Amino acid sequence: MDLDPEDVFKDDEDDEDSEFFQLRDSTKEFVVYLIDASPKMFTATCPGADGENETHFHIAVTSVAQALKTHIINNTYNEVAICFFNTKEKRNSQDLSGVFVFDVAEREHLDRPTARLIKEFGCVEESFAKEIGSQYGIVSGSWENSLYNALWVAQALLRKGSTKTAEKRILLLTNEDDPFRNISGIAKADMIRTTLQRAKDAQDLGISIELLPFSRPDEEFKVSIFYADLIGLEGDDLIEYMPSAGQKLEDMKNQLRKRMFAKRIVKRIKFVITNGLSIDLHTYALIRPTAPGAITWLDSVTNRPLKAERSFICADTGALMQGPLKRYQPYKNEDVKFSEEELREIKRVSTGHLRLLGFKPLSCLKDYHNLKPSTFVFPSDKEVIGSTCAFVALHRAMIRNQRFALAFYGLSTNPRLVALVAQEEIISDGGQFEPPGMHMIFLPYSDDIRDIEQARTSQLTTKRPAHRATEDHIQKAAALMKRIYLKDFSVCQFSNPALQRHYAVLQALALDEDEMPEIHDETLPDEEGMSRPAVAKAIQEFRTSVYGEDYDEADDKPRESEASKKRKAAAECVAQEYKNYDWEELADSGKLKDLTVVELKYYLAAQKLPLAGKKEVLISRILTHLGK
Amino acid sequence: MARNKEKMVMVLDVGPSMHAVLPEVEKLCTMLIEKKLIYHRADEVGFVLFGTEETDNELTNEVGGYEHVTVLRNMKVVDGDLVDGVQQLPRGTVRGDYLDAIVVGVDMLIKDYKVSFKGRKRICLITNAQCPVKDPDEGTKEDQVSMIAKQMDEKGISFETIVVRGLLSVGADKRTLEENDHLLNLFSIKASAKIVQVQNPCSLMGALRTRHISPVTIFRGELEISLKMKIKVWVYKKTAEEKFPTLKKYSDKAPPTDKFATHDVKVDYEYQSVEDPDKVVPPEQRIKGYRYGPQVVPISSAEWDAVKFKPEKGVKLLGFADASNVRRHYYVKDVNIFIAEPGDTRDTLAVSALARAMKEMNKVAIVRCVWRQGQQNVAVGVLTPNISENDNTADSFYFNTLPFIEDVREFQFPSFSNFPASWQPNDKQQEAADELVKMLDLAPSSKDDVLLPEFTPNPILERFYRFLELKSREADAAVPPLDGTLRRITEPDPELVAKNKYVLDKFRSSFEVKVNPKLKKSTQRVMEDNKAGGSDEEDGLLDAPPEALAVRSSDDTHVDEIGDSNPVQDFEAMISRRDSPDWIGKLLLSRPYQEINNSTALDCLEALRKGCIMEQEPKQYNDFLRECIDENKLGDHNIFSRFYRDLASKGLTLISKTEAPDRL
Repeated sequence: MDLDPEDVFKDDEDDEDSEFFQLRDSTKEFVVYLIDASPKMFTATCPGADGENETHFHIAVTSVAQALKTHIINNTYNEVAICFFNTKEKRNSQDLSGVFVFDVAEREHLDRPTARLIKEFGCVEESFAKEIGSQYGIVSGSWENSLYNALWVAQALLRKGSTKTAEKRILLLTNEDDPFRNISGIAKADMIRTTLQRAKDAQDLGISIELLPFSRPDEEFKVSIFYADLIGLEGDDLIEYMPSAGQKLEDMKNQLRKRMFAKRIVKRIKFVITNGLSIDLHTYALIRPTAPGAITWLDSVTNRPLKAERSFICADTGALMQGPLKRYQPYKNEDVKFSEEELREIKRVSTGHLRLLGFKPLSCLKDYHNLKPSTFVFPSDKEVIGSTCAFVALHRAMIRNQRFALAFYGLSTNPRLVALVAQEEIISDGGQFEPPGMHMIFLPYSDDIRDIEQARTSQLTTKRPAHRATEDHIQKAAALMKRIYLKDFSVCQFSNPALQRHYAVLQALALDEDEMPEIHDETLPDEEGMSRPAVAKAIQEFRTSVYGEDYDEADDKPRESEASKKRKAAAECVAQEYKNYDWEELADSGKLKDLTVVELKYYLAAQKLPLAGKKEVLISRILTHLGK
Repeated sequence: MARNKEKMVMVLDVGPSMHAVLPEVEKLCTMLIEKKLIYHRADEVGFVLFGTEETDNELTNEVGGYEHVTVLRNMKVVDGDLVDGVQQLPRGTVRGDYLDAIVVGVDMLIKDYKVSFKGRKRICLITNAQCPVKDPDEGTKEDQVSMIAKQMDEKGISFETIVVRGLLSVGADKRTLEENDHLLNLFSIKASAKIVQVQNPCSLMGALRTRHISPVTIFRGELEISLKMKIKVWVYKKTAEEKFPTLKKYSDKAPPTDKFATHDVKVDYEYQSVEDPDKVVPPEQRIKGYRYGPQVVPISSAEWDAVKFKPEKGVKLLGFADASNVRRHYYVKDVNIFIAEPGDTRDTLAVSALARAMKEMNKVAIVRCVWRQGQQNVAVGVLTPNISENDNTADSFYFNTLPFIEDVREFQFPSFSNFPASWQPNDKQQEAADELVKMLDLAPSSKDDVLLPEFTPNPILERFYRFLELKSREADAAVPPLDGTLRRITEPDPELVAKNKYVLDKFRSSFEVKVNPKLKKSTQRVMEDNKAGGSDEEDGLLDAPPEALAVRSSDDTHVDEIGDSNPVQDFEAMISRRDSPDWIGKLLLSRPYQEINNSTALDCLEALRKGCIMEQEPKQYNDFLRECIDENKLGDHNIFSRFYRDLASKGLTLISKTEAPDRL
């Protein structure tokens, strides 16, 4: 609650961002993975990634393990539980047979995933037969129903928390499309009925049940036999279910590590359209560079967390300074002091409001009118009724007239001119690709724009018109462009290789994995594509057109500048001089102090040591380097 | 540092037709000097005025002529006196000849010549170019301009002209204007010169870079089209935010007698164990920890360095894409510019060919950039063509960084078409909006683009430097209001508003906007008060013209103390007046709570609470209340518990986050 005095001076970008990185647990997810461990899961196989056949059980376990690894980075506050059914051993709070809840120490059954869970789950297959064991849970002659039990255990695990704050899901992984095939008659009908009822009860509690079925190459998993009723599939959904389920499993394994952020209003702002008419807008951060997670400093001896305590000390007296400090700016031979309040006051211009100034054609918004990520604005009728209507009307009018609105945004830390660019909703593949609303683009002031073009021109010694490409050059360039064409390019098609590497390394170190994973860098150019004959030809033609036939890379060596020639000469001179002294001898006999600073620097320069400091410092540096 | 030094001559037209904009010229020059006093204290500046009644320059004395040109100040290192000099420029009485004045300026720079000086030499002319130049004794005016330009070029003087047009040139002789434009443009062919035209006083204040930053490349190397073809380019920053100055912390602990006190403040960090605050760990014993689920994984920097992502330096082309596929709002950072390496004409040609082809075909280039060796990340960005309109300037590219998948958050928003009918504008409303968008026009023609970023100065920085100057004269000066001319940046232009009154009124009457009555009382009150624009200073500025504000504040009866007859009103008057930022402090000093038995104290407290929520200053109230309670603890126990009960019954609890969300 206390105002940090530093805050006042902080760049607003910083505090805006730090706000985003705070995770809210309002929209977390509780997931129970129900993995079928019946013998059939171990016998049935399908071709794996490297061509060899893998058991369904193996695929299920690795998929879940992979999902956990992404979960822990993407949504670290999600809680998961892993549960096998059709097992020999049993472990669950209701003591139901055939169900085994897998867990590790220091963890509740349904809890945030931990490194230990991921690690131990990764090798569950090795000890599975010994510790958990596989057996059919539904056999004729017995009234045991392992599927029923599994659902019941899962439901009990998900009792935690309210459905309002968390989404609850059961993911069922199995290859048995007819779990009750071994029994018949009334017993079967009864079992089906109670199991379906169990599932319905769970669904009524707000728990969604999803099925991830495995098919054998020779035998398709038939959802219609039993599971369609369990998860409530009908009509067309039923037909499309199998292909989409296969995709889901793939997604689970190959999901990108990407931290998820809950949709959250950054600020509520008042948009003053004209005197006496203001509407209410909410701002959202749709695009913000993701930084690797925050650093927590630890004590390297105990690995316990540390907290930084900052104190201000007067350099003159050594006294501890308290409270908000004054600031000063040296000006005209004196220090002009400012209080914090004064500095705040300077920046205060129509605080928090967005004031419409007028409209301009979109062509007035140049490519270099940009400073930082844009902010998305969307109207809200919650506080001010009528906001949305006015916003929609303006939005439509701006798109129709191809204009953007210029407004002044009185952010308390950094008030700026902004361009409001209307964006129409774009739907592709059934998903919202671009939401409807306006993007607020922060514009530079004249102080922020540098006239590089002019500066460059004025550096030229002789005035002459700059070289312009001829029609032929342009045509060749255009032909090249058609060859190296990224069709359907979408802005966010690359993942950040540095960030992916960071996550991968973090995972490897956390899980004590032996080898460092290699991350594929998607941002490298497609060299294979570039060397295709047609492309290579287009490039060659453009090159010849501009650079001429005889242009050779060899005579293209970077020309040495005057400065670098001088530098080289100086280095050679130093090397020469350096040889003239017997440094070891001088050091041993303590005669270094008889040399001049210039002479001492021959040694330092030749050994590439720092040259700064007084003579004593230089001598001691030389001695240290010689190991004396 | 010598290279970064600058000798500059400001050549200012102070003739009668310029009088209207001289206040802005003064402000611009003041700002220039103020910034030089901070960032370039060794720079030398001279001032030449023309159009003055008198004549005072060396050339007149030496060769005669050059009338009505006055050297306000010879070349000299900037100092505080100069600020006074330019804040009140003399108003001239005659129509001056700018060529004469330029010659005087060039002469000053030439006479000041020193072999050792390696910095920049610059002449800046501000005029409305309405007065014809005299016919020279021999040759044509063009010849004369060529001669001056040649002279400038030889001496390495760059020349900048700001021509003030717009309202000022109404009624001016068209032929003269054209002739002068032609002559001034001649300069840019013969010498390194730049001419800008500004249409209004606000852009005049943004037309001159008041702080010089030498361009520095962030990358010199090759733009790899493929392994077989590389274009040598240099990359500079095109935009970079000029930040609010970071001020040093000041310590007043040193005794006033200590003449050598540095007044510096050292910031000291201590690392304590979270569990045991007494245990302090030396900085080198720390290790960075990263969250992995609920755990924190310690990773030393050596470990990181071994496995970190280390891309090779270079800029590689990934391909060309349709310009429409890269939406404007995806640009995430400040902008860079790619120019061909100076010298080799073939690289310039290659850049020019690509830029022009991109422009023609409406394509952009996607590139992957690693600017420095050892950089630990890559940037993927888009090159867009920048076709030069000036013959002397080569074509180039602008570079904007694009986000990665990880940086884009896919939040879903409802479609406008799914909104209920009451949220959809009807035809009349849509028409009103269309008209507003068309008529409230800031760029009626390509020449007349109001508030173009290139010519719009940062009003906050202007305010800071002005305040700095004021404070250097008078230590307890109050923060000055925003500059009148720069108000055009923060508020709509009253002229534009007046011109479009009909459109604006129509828009206002078409849309009914009201505060949601179902909202919680407290929030609603804040909204209403904001709407009324009564109490809040900024709102006053926004919703009422400044005159109205002045009238209202003078209407307020001056209340400084809480009287007996009407204590609560008095109290509220004090809150709402709020003329100085420390109003809360004053209120605290009046300490109504000292008479706790009196129920007025509670009423006042209620008013204070209300006021604090309105003013979004909950901290003051909360601190005050805590202080109150703390003091009471020490006092009579019975009174305290009664006071406490009364507080609770009136709902005078601490202000919660929901009531004042912005400040807690």
